Amino acid sequence: MTVSRWERAGTYLVLLLFAGYALYPVLWILFTALRSDTAGQGGWHPENFLTAWTQGRFGDYLGTSLIVAVAVVALSTLLSVLAGYAFGTMRFRGSGALFYLLLLGVTIPSQAVVVPLYFDLRDVGLLDTYAALVLPQVAQSVAFGVFWMRAYFRSSSASVVEAARLDGAGHWQILWRVLLPMGRPAVLTLVVLVFMWTWNEFLLALVMVTDEGLRTAPLGLRFFQGRATTSVPLLAAGSVLVALPVVVLYLFLQRHFIRGMLDGAVKG
Amino acid sequence: MPAGEPRRVGYLYVVPALAVYGAFLLFPLLHSAWISLFEWDGLTLGTWAGLDNYLTLFAEDGLRSAFGHALVLILFFAVLPVILGLVLASALHRSRVRGLAFFRTVVFLPQVVAMVVVAVAWQQILAPDGPLNAALRAVGLDALAHNWLGEESTALIAVGLVGTWVQTGLTVVLFLAGIGRISGELYEAARLDGAGVFREFRSVTLPALRPDIAVALTLTVIASLRTFDLVYVMTPLGGPGESTTVPAYEIYYRAFQAGQVGSAAAIGVTLTALVFALSAVVLRVAGGRR
Repeated sequence: MTVSRWERAGTYLVLLLFAGYALYPVLWILFTALRSDTAGQGGWHPENFLTAWTQGRFGDYLGTSLIVAVAVVALSTLLSVLAGYAFGTMRFRGSGALFYLLLLGVTIPSQAVVVPLYFDLRDVGLLDTYAALVLPQVAQSVAFGVFWMRAYFRSSSASVVEAARLDGAGHWQILWRVLLPMGRPAVLTLVVLVFMWTWNEFLLALVMVTDEGLRTAPLGLRFFQGRATTSVPLLAAGSVLVALPVVVLYLFLQRHFIRGMLDGAVKG
Repeated sequence: MPAGEPRRVGYLYVVPALAVYGAFLLFPLLHSAWISLFEWDGLTLGTWAGLDNYLTLFAEDGLRSAFGHALVLILFFAVLPVILGLVLASALHRSRVRGLAFFRTVVFLPQVVAMVVVAVAWQQILAPDGPLNAALRAVGLDALAHNWLGEESTALIAVGLVGTWVQTGLTVVLFLAGIGRISGELYEAARLDGAGVFREFRSVTLPALRPDIAVALTLTVIASLRTFDLVYVMTPLGGPGESTTVPAYEIYYRAFQAGQVGSAAAIGVTLTALVFALSAVVLRVAGGRR
């Protein structure tokens, strides 16, 4: 397949323009973060990040986000692996119906459950706790995670499992010693996706938390933006700090992000 | 252990996931449906309202316009990105350019950046004295400079275009993967028949990509229906003249500011029903492909 040089040049031009369009806001925020706090003053000012970290309290916000993200990722990965294993390799009464019930959760928009969740958690005294930030997100991630892990366990080789069983391994050993070590790529994809969803979540944190000490990074950024005293370079520095963990992870594990988001596409 | 062996121990494996899921997602959804049948301010005792909250969905001006805004956003979050994605992906595929991997990394990047950060960045770019207006003035187009997010006539479109920026990465990558599955022979044959760029696109690329287009449309439409962070941060309080209220914003506003919890729940249930219906479409189409 060959195309004319002109067409190819045109494609490059479109490509360049579009890459510029996609990158511009990202680069703009990065350069603005390094600009001087006082208008008109030149030079590089990496200390903006330090100011945002301490005075903007982004150190605290990122700390909260890290705790929440690690808890959500660990819990939902564990629960998804266990349930996905059973749904993928065992047959028990009602397993089909139970699986579809879980699958339903992939499509439930968090906007729809945030209202009753607020009142339910208020009634049991869980508002303004880590539990309020973690458990609802585990529930949402588990719906996708079970779907994802079940697909892996179904595709895993039956002959390997059969061999392990002849060696006397039980269902517990087969999961942890045989199938899971082989399934590291599938688990890693799940881990990075859940990490991204949790880290970027905004509405849930906005509703569940009023205590400033429990603000997650996106929520902290929203409040920082609302402060009259916030300068644009500091706001930009805060934005970079909030976006950075996921972006760095994306740059290293791009394939996992893209594959997971396209294959498991219905979750959002 | 071939799939299908009966094992009761399976229940033990699925119970933890089901418990968390049931308590923190399924139960709230059912609870939401229940609340939606009441008029309730969240504090005092509610009064039974039957389906009134649903009937006002279509009768009340504020709500009608919120759903109307959602329709406008669908144009920017879904239709425009699909068109752009088709053009870009087929051009890239035809020309076999270098740097495709780099390009894919870059256009997909907006998908992984937190929406709040996206909102803050674009809010600055679209500010009255921001870079966009500065650029327009620099080339003598002063008349085109606007307070993009502060004027009723432009705020929703400005938010929409940010949505286009976010979603195009998804459609490009999705369509590139789809085109990659099309047999090269089809293209060869089309060219031997003397098909030009547009003919080739219409008779080879487009028909083969139909499932991918359906998936992309569904995903992006769902994303536009769920939009909250972007409008909430870019245009606080529903935007100038409430020109950027959307269903998700109405849920938040009614439940937590206006004391109309029942109405908020009804919007939530309606939103869920819409997303369910759309997802059923995507599962069917995507299921047929695999």
